[in-house]
Amino acid sequence: MPYVPHTPEDVEAMLATIGASSIDELFREIPENLRVAPGALNLPSALDEHKLFGELKRLAAKNTALDEVTCFLGAGIYDRFIPASVSAIISRGEFLTSYTPYQPEASQGYLQTIYEFQSMIAEIFGTDIANASMYDGSTSMAEAAIMSTGLKNRDKVAVSEAVHPHYRQVLDTYCWSMGIEVVVLKTEDGVTKNLSAAEGCASIILQSPNFFGQIEDLSAHRAACDTDGSMMIVVADPFACALMKAPGAYGADIVVGEGQPMGVAMGLGGPMVGLFGCKKELVRHIPGRIVGRTKEMDGGREGFVMTLRTREQDIRREKATSNICTNEALMALANTVYMTAMGKNGLQSVAESSIRNARYALSKLEEAGAKRVYGGKFFAEFVIELPVSAKAVRDALLERGILAGLPLGDYYGGRENQLLVAVTEIRTKDEIDRFASELASVLSSATSQVEVKA
Amino acid sequence: MNHLSNGRMKRVPEPELIFTKSKKGRVGANIPTCSTPAVDLSEAIGDLREDLHLPEVSELDTIRHFTNLSQINYGIETGFYPLGSCTMKYNPKINEATARLAGFANLHPMQPVETIPGALELLLGVQEMLQEITGFDNITLQPLAGAHGEMTCLMLIKAYHESRGEGETRKVVLVPDSAHGTNPASAARCGYSVKSIPTDANGNTDLEALEKALDSNVAALMLTNPSTLGLFEPNIEKICRMVHEAGGQVFCDGANMNAMVGTTRPGDHGFDCMHLNLHKTFSTPHGGGGPGCGAIGLQAHLEPFLPVPVIRRGSEGEVMADYSRHHSIGRVSAFYGQFLMEVRAFTYLRAYGKEKMADISRYSVLNANYVRARLKDVLPPAHDRPCMHECILTAEKYKKEHGIRALDISKRLIDYGFHPPTNYFPLIVPECLMIEPTETETKETLDMFCDAMIAICHEAIENPDALHHAPSTAMVGRLDETLAVKQLDVRWIPAAKETAGV
Repeated sequence: MPYVPHTPEDVEAMLATIGASSIDELFREIPENLRVAPGALNLPSALDEHKLFGELKRLAAKNTALDEVTCFLGAGIYDRFIPASVSAIISRGEFLTSYTPYQPEASQGYLQTIYEFQSMIAEIFGTDIANASMYDGSTSMAEAAIMSTGLKNRDKVAVSEAVHPHYRQVLDTYCWSMGIEVVVLKTEDGVTKNLSAAEGCASIILQSPNFFGQIEDLSAHRAACDTDGSMMIVVADPFACALMKAPGAYGADIVVGEGQPMGVAMGLGGPMVGLFGCKKELVRHIPGRIVGRTKEMDGGREGFVMTLRTREQDIRREKATSNICTNEALMALANTVYMTAMGKNGLQSVAESSIRNARYALSKLEEAGAKRVYGGKFFAEFVIELPVSAKAVRDALLERGILAGLPLGDYYGGRENQLLVAVTEIRTKDEIDRFASELASVLSSATSQVEVKA
Repeated sequence: MNHLSNGRMKRVPEPELIFTKSKKGRVGANIPTCSTPAVDLSEAIGDLREDLHLPEVSELDTIRHFTNLSQINYGIETGFYPLGSCTMKYNPKINEATARLAGFANLHPMQPVETIPGALELLLGVQEMLQEITGFDNITLQPLAGAHGEMTCLMLIKAYHESRGEGETRKVVLVPDSAHGTNPASAARCGYSVKSIPTDANGNTDLEALEKALDSNVAALMLTNPSTLGLFEPNIEKICRMVHEAGGQVFCDGANMNAMVGTTRPGDHGFDCMHLNLHKTFSTPHGGGGPGCGAIGLQAHLEPFLPVPVIRRGSEGEVMADYSRHHSIGRVSAFYGQFLMEVRAFTYLRAYGKEKMADISRYSVLNANYVRARLKDVLPPAHDRPCMHECILTAEKYKKEHGIRALDISKRLIDYGFHPPTNYFPLIVPECLMIEPTETETKETLDMFCDAMIAICHEAIENPDALHHAPSTAMVGRLDETLAVKQLDVRWIPAAKETAGV
């Protein structure tokens, strides 16, 4: 085994130093009835590296990778451009194979990148501060909600039905285990209405742009929170924030989001990276790690350390602000390299291109027979109504090499004919044109089939 | 042999924040162009922001900045990393190659499940291998990190007690005083109160104290085996029986699974569930603090409560993602867990296979006992028993006699070119040094490390100042953590905002 370097001579010499006659003897404290003989487990046989790579290629080839189809599926995870520089940096062993920077003197490089990450995320969200990352957008939102119940001493939270359904499911699980009630706020014309239904909740959670791509009224969100003394939590998209007035500028107490679209492979949804920013007066209550700048003990050079550690589980144990330990440092580093390489101009350009492409796509799809479901302002994702089942259309288009979007029927009852379509900056005019013409063709054959059946 | 640097340091530029290198108008990437008609942005999306202070640097300066920062960061690939409880083993390169295959990396989690049969087959493959290695009836890969796995296990236990009508009464979780901090924190996150169980003089769970603590209010015991003292709990079967007789469940903290792989199976010990850290035991890289990857194992009685999706075989032998589970606790993460980490773990498990799997535990335990034996004269082990995959040593005598703490020894190791071991954990051993060499280190590396440790212990007596002032060769010396809290500076603030008083 190339990963285990021991020669028989090594083993002999080491056992002699230890004073044991065999490796087995070292396991003598394990009751004999609980031991398994080496090689006795029912596992597949070991593979050499060439065969191993072949086996993995075989499994990978069974999947439809998104470079084989044109992707208009978004719903929180986006097919965006990733500069080659991102992969080059996060593949460096100094970063890839290091541990959490508990020993700052040996980890200054990573600590500085985390400080830069926090700075950039806070800037994008318009918040005073940001933490060093969370697992993903969904758990980041759930942690924010739980944090609000502790701060407000209230045992329910309100969340819009236009927040990503999977995020709400994770919120439900976290809240069930803590005995917290979740109130769901209804939408009208694709945006959240009747925020007064959140009365008595510790926080009101909106997503903007929301799951349907629509832009929520964050001023009304702030006002509703002020009226009831609750906390304003926004699930944000970093690209929307790069152009639009940021949630922090509307007075959001906590802003969370998913960092995947900034340089992280979609990877079937993992690993992702949760973003978490907030007002500075909340800093002692936040979950997760945070890196601070300080000086050497003798006041000399500047350096970085993990700080406010007394919030954390290894020191505070059951009184910690969260149980989170390992977070998503490598993905946060991918975000940091992405935000550096793309910079202000790159992020804004990606956002603007997505906005343009989405509007062009909407007009072409309408020409092809789809109807936009909502009025109001949207970012780069929209819902269309089709004359037939959205799933059937999605499947038919997939056979023609187009991943058309997300059918909403599984998530919202009665919306079987609705499709959520995302258009990122890497979709071209030609790809969009082809999507529209294939849709027209699929719809006309579907309609004629219906007519034949009738 | 003295491995102390001769004072010649690799020249690395003084680190500067990326923001200070920014110049208006520069771009560090060849950004996609847009071929669709222009739109009026404020008409399209509403209020626009005034400014966005992100770096504007060239592509070369982007690469240089992060490359230079990497050079002042220690990783397994730069040197020996004996950090106890963290299992810093070699992360094979083939795992990185397979995780980058487009058929894995370029999959959208909400694309039709019919288009990802290879991914589901891989997930099921990881589950089946982990099931065999741990001896549990089922595995889920949904949790995103170790602590997230602990929390998920406690949620399963909570759902189980609720299903038996005991949810309202069983509100206490027992946690040994040697446990990782995530254990009590995860219990609190599930609405439980925590009661600490002492460790006896031999390093085992104090059975008498456990007996007293067990009553009808106990939901679970969270036990790390081998314990954080690096010792196998010889009474494990009895402990599980005691808890079960009192109606409680037993969770195994799997941080130390490396000592058991292929040699003994926690599912056979009597545990009801456990979490695994694939980023420790199964070689997925730690990435400087994540992504973690927290598979959990569980016995059949907890299966109804599994989080969704459940990856399993359907009636026709096909692999499916099952969402119709009425007693499920729900989702604990947004999609399929840390999928690309599972690809790495799968690659690793298939490389070892049936024939070599036990090498992991056998050689990690050999290495730990070797380090323990070589250092016992200068740093005595906390317990006089064979250790498992890590050894816990105490520097108490240096503190008493020479004013040198475990932390000073650790910091001095940096000058000798090694990453420090874990300090001050477990909390019950004074001036604790927790050393976990892992199975992938050679005898030669271990010898160099032990030589350095012995040299440092001699320095502690002859030249204690060298330790007090360590590290002296790193980019920075010891940092002022009190100042970091007092003058909290957790982000760079653009000059424009500073003058505006933001």
